[in-house]
Amino acid sequence: MSPTVHPQQGLSDKALAWIFVTPTILLLLAFNIFPLIWTIYLSFTNYRANRPGAEVVSVGIDNYQRVLNSEAIWESMRATAGFLCASITLQILLGFGLALLLNRKFRSHSFWSTAILLPMMLAPAVVGTFWKYFFEPQYGIFNYIVNFFGDFGSFTMLGDTALAPWAIVLVDTWMWTPYVMLLLLAGLRSIPPYLYEAAEIDRASEWTKFWRITLPMVLPFIVLAVLFRAIENFKMFDLVDQLTNGGPGSVTELASITLKREAFEKWRTGFSSALAIIMFVAIYGMSLVTVRFLERVKQR
Amino acid sequence: MNRPIHSPMDPSPRSRLIAAVLVITYAVLSLIPLAWIFMTSVRTPEDAIAYPPKVIAAPSAVGFVNLFTTRSRVSADELAALPPPANWVERTVREQQMILSGPSRFMDRYTNSLVIGFGSTILSIILGTLAAYAFSRFRVPGKDDWLFFILSTRMMPPIAVAIPVYLMFRELGLNDTHTGLILLYTVVNLSLSVWLLKGFMDEIPREYEEAAMVDGYTRWQAFVKVVLPQAATGIATTAIFCLIFAWNEYAFALLLTSGNAQTAPPFIPTIIGEGGLDWPAMAAGTTLFLLPVLFFTVLLRKHLLRGVTFGAIRK
Repeated sequence: MSPTVHPQQGLSDKALAWIFVTPTILLLLAFNIFPLIWTIYLSFTNYRANRPGAEVVSVGIDNYQRVLNSEAIWESMRATAGFLCASITLQILLGFGLALLLNRKFRSHSFWSTAILLPMMLAPAVVGTFWKYFFEPQYGIFNYIVNFFGDFGSFTMLGDTALAPWAIVLVDTWMWTPYVMLLLLAGLRSIPPYLYEAAEIDRASEWTKFWRITLPMVLPFIVLAVLFRAIENFKMFDLVDQLTNGGPGSVTELASITLKREAFEKWRTGFSSALAIIMFVAIYGMSLVTVRFLERVKQR
Repeated sequence: MNRPIHSPMDPSPRSRLIAAVLVITYAVLSLIPLAWIFMTSVRTPEDAIAYPPKVIAAPSAVGFVNLFTTRSRVSADELAALPPPANWVERTVREQQMILSGPSRFMDRYTNSLVIGFGSTILSIILGTLAAYAFSRFRVPGKDDWLFFILSTRMMPPIAVAIPVYLMFRELGLNDTHTGLILLYTVVNLSLSVWLLKGFMDEIPREYEEAAMVDGYTRWQAFVKVVLPQAATGIATTAIFCLIFAWNEYAFALLLTSGNAQTAPPFIPTIIGEGGLDWPAMAAGTTLFLLPVLFFTVLLRKHLLRGVTFGAIRK
């Protein structure tokens, strides 16, 4: 791509368009579409990646039936659903609260909003590892701070089956509340001021203004934030893999962790391919809704 | 009307104060973990596991020394028989009843992260810029479908992608190579770079190129000499987002690399295994890993919203 290249004068826009787009499309075909087709194929076989020489037999829809009849898979789906609901609810509440407060535009608000945003850009796996240190029952700073506010005695966030799911919700909320805040702040700033001025003339209370103007106007952004977070958290792997690796027992074994176990520990490639396809269809559905929604938000 | 008018654009001083107090409280609480990581990196292992946790502890270089070295334990007699330490690194090691046995693999992993991060970023920016320009300016048949297809690739769970890619890389001999990971990260980042850059290109008025083309430039020349300089900020912003993604990526690196091309994220958690509960060494590694990202986040703060929504919301 040197600036001194002189193409033939006759190179039409149409030709240039294809030259520009083709490398991207080819790379995506090779590394996305081809693997996807391969996964679909594998999901109908008994293939095991740790036995490359073994005969591959077609098993029809057996793998799908096994996935859908597996109690362990359903348990991991329930864990994922619980994690999604809890983390997204918390993030929306906290994020919306922070966005409303930041929108008061107190002095230094932009400095503090940047400070709040920092956790969301960090590597979840690396930060997740360090949360293990904060959650240490003996010397962890988290346990110390909690006990500072009240005597809860000794507890092990990551070792207790009742607490471990909340530990991942907490860390996820710490990381991603800033994301929701950022989105909703953009939503708040998109509200035209004349709406509030009109309400002011009608002597509407703060409460009425919130319910009648702020909330309805921000709602598309809230839905968008929920969708984005739902997609991301449904795929969630790195944080949980480091923080709990699915334990204790399997209470924090989210879908991606189960998938890793089946595919790269038990090497049940066919079975895990079927699970991967099911997950992909679910996320693809969610992303279709998201894109439709984006188009509507963009029109505003 | 006696009441003063306070639209949210102009809140009362008291409500501003309350807002400031609450926001600052949240910010400080949410930054404690980060501050604690940085503080732990300059402590002794004993201070790191003290109870109650020490807010202020004597600074120590043990964490960083242990991060970059491998050591072996020796008996007190052997230690006493050794010649005096040649430098402060050796002295720090000896103080732990150990002798230096060599460098650790941290530098290798960090270098791998840099090579793979920059390699994939450069590739996805070059390809993304070309594709984004085409999608922004030309009539590409099925444009919206292509764009959605490009975005949907980002929606796949990484572990689901890793199953066939693992098999594919095994066939091609790309498992545990820099090339393999660079290609994979390039592809994952293409969705972001195409969408973000298309947004930036859309904002550059077409008239600029048209004027240049009236002056006798070819379309290619107009693209290189007029559009690219105009898009420089957008390209830089996109590049930083791609770099941060590649830098932070964990799942592919964990499953597709081991000895040779492993990056820092899957390596850092294993530091702890080398010396028992060596939290300061891990904190030191984490600190060196996080600092560049923190720097770039502050640099990017005006463009963060755009980046994390794939250019959908531009503020």
